[in-house]
Amino acid sequence: MSTDLEQFYEIFFEESSELLADMEACLLRLDVNSPDLEDLNAIFRAAHSIKGGAGTFGFTDMTEMTHMLETLLDRLRKGELAVRSEMVDAFLRAGDVIKAQLAGHRGEGEADPAVAAEVCEELKKLSDETQVPAPSETVADSGIGMKAIPVETDIGVSSNVAISEAVSERDVAKLTFRIEFSSSGMGDAAVENLFANLKRLGSLGDITSVGGKDHKLKLTTASNEEDVWETLAFVVDPANLKIEVATQCVVEPHSSDEDSAAEPFAGEDEFSIASMPPAPGYGFFPGAPAAPKDFDDSESQLSSTPQQNIHGNKNETQNVTNKPSSKVSASASASETSSIRVSIEKVDQMINLVGELVITQAMLAQTASQLDPVVFEKLLSGMSQLERNTRDLQESVMSIRMMPISFVFSRYPRVVRDLAAKLNKRVELKTVGENTELDKGLIEKIADPLTHLVRNSLDHGIEVAEKRIAAGKPAQGTITLRAFHQGGSIVIEVSDDGAGLNRGKILAKAKERGLPVSDGMSDQEVWLLIFEAGFSTADIVTDVSGRGVGMDVVKRNIQSMGGRIDIESALGVGTRISIRLPLTLAILDGLSVAVGDQMFIVPLNYIIESMQPTANDIKTVSGHGRVVQVRGEYLPVIALHEVFNLHPNVTAVHEGILVILEAEGHKAALFVDDLIGQHQVVIKSLESNYRRVQGVSGATIMGDGKVALILDTAALVLACQQEMV
Amino acid sequence: MAKTILAVDDSASIRQMVAFTLKGAGYEVIQAVDGQDALDKANYHQVNLVLTDINMPRMDGLKLLELLRKLAHYKNIPILILTTESGDEIKAKGRAAGATGWLVKPFDPKRLLEVIGKVIG
Repeated sequence: MSTDLEQFYEIFFEESSELLADMEACLLRLDVNSPDLEDLNAIFRAAHSIKGGAGTFGFTDMTEMTHMLETLLDRLRKGELAVRSEMVDAFLRAGDVIKAQLAGHRGEGEADPAVAAEVCEELKKLSDETQVPAPSETVADSGIGMKAIPVETDIGVSSNVAISEAVSERDVAKLTFRIEFSSSGMGDAAVENLFANLKRLGSLGDITSVGGKDHKLKLTTASNEEDVWETLAFVVDPANLKIEVATQCVVEPHSSDEDSAAEPFAGEDEFSIASMPPAPGYGFFPGAPAAPKDFDDSESQLSSTPQQNIHGNKNETQNVTNKPSSKVSASASASETSSIRVSIEKVDQMINLVGELVITQAMLAQTASQLDPVVFEKLLSGMSQLERNTRDLQESVMSIRMMPISFVFSRYPRVVRDLAAKLNKRVELKTVGENTELDKGLIEKIADPLTHLVRNSLDHGIEVAEKRIAAGKPAQGTITLRAFHQGGSIVIEVSDDGAGLNRGKILAKAKERGLPVSDGMSDQEVWLLIFEAGFSTADIVTDVSGRGVGMDVVKRNIQSMGGRIDIESALGVGTRISIRLPLTLAILDGLSVAVGDQMFIVPLNYIIESMQPTANDIKTVSGHGRVVQVRGEYLPVIALHEVFNLHPNVTAVHEGILVILEAEGHKAALFVDDLIGQHQVVIKSLESNYRRVQGVSGATIMGDGKVALILDTAALVLACQQEMV
Repeated sequence: MAKTILAVDDSASIRQMVAFTLKGAGYEVIQAVDGQDALDKANYHQVNLVLTDINMPRMDGLKLLELLRKLAHYKNIPILILTTESGDEIKAKGRAAGATGWLVKPFDPKRLLEVIGKVIG
């Protein structure tokens, strides 16, 4: 039967990405001096799982890399090697390579095979060169130096007891076994193979074949009975097999030519598996519960012989005293059993439908409110229940899109670690409130701006250890990422205990760049200068930061998410940058304003204040429209009825309302007839339903069923600025 | 009645691939994400065969084997372990814990069915 494996690719990709992230998290918390076995196991398990999947689905490049990882990790968790920091570095790099390979298979870019080869080589070197002398897995030919395995299996051999005694002295002694078996049902090649393998265990003598199919022979070997049994039992039906210990001799009685004849096999064990194409890749343990008795079809016998080749490897097994028991942190698997993957489109569709439902409900409620409460008591109580249910439904549907911010936070330990090493600083990253949830769309968009802020904190904020000590601070700096809910929004803070912003330096730089500044500006205003395009006070431009690209972009990105950014800083104490974001992209906090018979929504986060000006505050600038004086500042007036060509109820500015807006560092006053109220509105895209309209970012449906346009505040303010110039 | 197989693997892709393959061949499949999950499910269901990965969080395949063999209704049920090519150590341990046989990872669906067919036909 042929299974279409491709249908499982996507699951594998998702799973591998998660495993890689887990692996990285474990690596980063790994203390090189006293590594936690549990962590090592978890890292090993991740590499192992990826390898298993990659092998099954035929992604050989990933198999190779994970195999190297696994080999080294296996030795680490068994305590054969000590963990060193360069290993952790190599693991992290290997993780990056696998990530790239994964992306390559997903069709998103291409992995560089040269980098992969380099990392592979390094891992190999690390696992080879530091080999602890005791257990060597390269000894392949025979079991010299093996210790006894206390394997207790009832394998139905008559001389079991004698053997276990003999085995205990095996370190000094070789054993001679008397073996009798029948090769009925086996091909000639299989029999030959079997003999070749037996020769590898020791020297054969007295081979007698009875009637072509029954064989009797003596085998003198340092291997234990277990090994001999297994070598044979893989091929020969256990029912037709008999092994007895004949003698125990310290000196090997005869070293025959057959020894050397067997030698070409030595050392190729691990690789011989891969190069044997028809290997069945399975076997049964003789005498085990429910093992099939008729395990004798020629194909599997033939090809199971190569399995014996790997028996030389056995000596590494006996050294394991610390069997890894995996007990804790099943969070990954637990979350898997209790979650399903649904495409984001389905969720969005549902959110949309619920949005429609909310609107319908509001329409009904408005109609019902005009009814006589006495006559329609039942209908009205039903309406209020409908409202409750609708609200609950809306909340729970919205929560589907919510993801914990740990999805973003989890990438920063790595960023901080790499960067701190590069800058030679000592930094600890603390995260608080990782479980705070926000919209998936925001999660994806917040990552880059946040990364920039973290890098800035590390580069400009945290001082080098000597400076910190001189300033009486602990040598190790701290960067804290904190997320929490406040009101209807989520706040994300990046704070550091570094040098803080230097007011004088920023002002000097601003003057140099010809920005309108004065020494009397408030701290808050000074800090906002760093969001100016191309602003940097860094003395040295590094490849980390200092080129002044960034903070303006950060601010713009945050604003495009409907959020705002604030800075608090104290010289010598530290800096805290807080980002305030709406809980979701689909819902907007807005102020509804009226112009004529139309209603518009102004996003709340752009609004500074609303006011009714006096006639004296309004000045007309010839050719440039009107300006209004607000707290000593002249702001351009944008008359909304002029922008959209409407018939307003009021035309004199001092009779209407001015809404003061701020976007992209510019302020303007929006002239409207009246303020109506504050709403949470469900955003509908105008582009996908109609077409793009200048000055409008979207639309929403109000409770009475009317459509209200959501103003593109930033565009309005900027357009007005350009007119004024 | 169709024979039931308990497939244990912490890797969702492998597990689902196994389940898909086995279901396609007419077996009932119960999936478990780790040893503990498998043990719980084994308590509730009587299966005809257990196919388990070794390296898993919470409870690994060897511990699962050991505990399953202590259950009266699992004493003589075939239990196959999944190992890697170089997993000799695992094979020895699996044998000690009472495994019926082993299957090398990675494997293709055809081989999986072939092995299972040999055990429970």
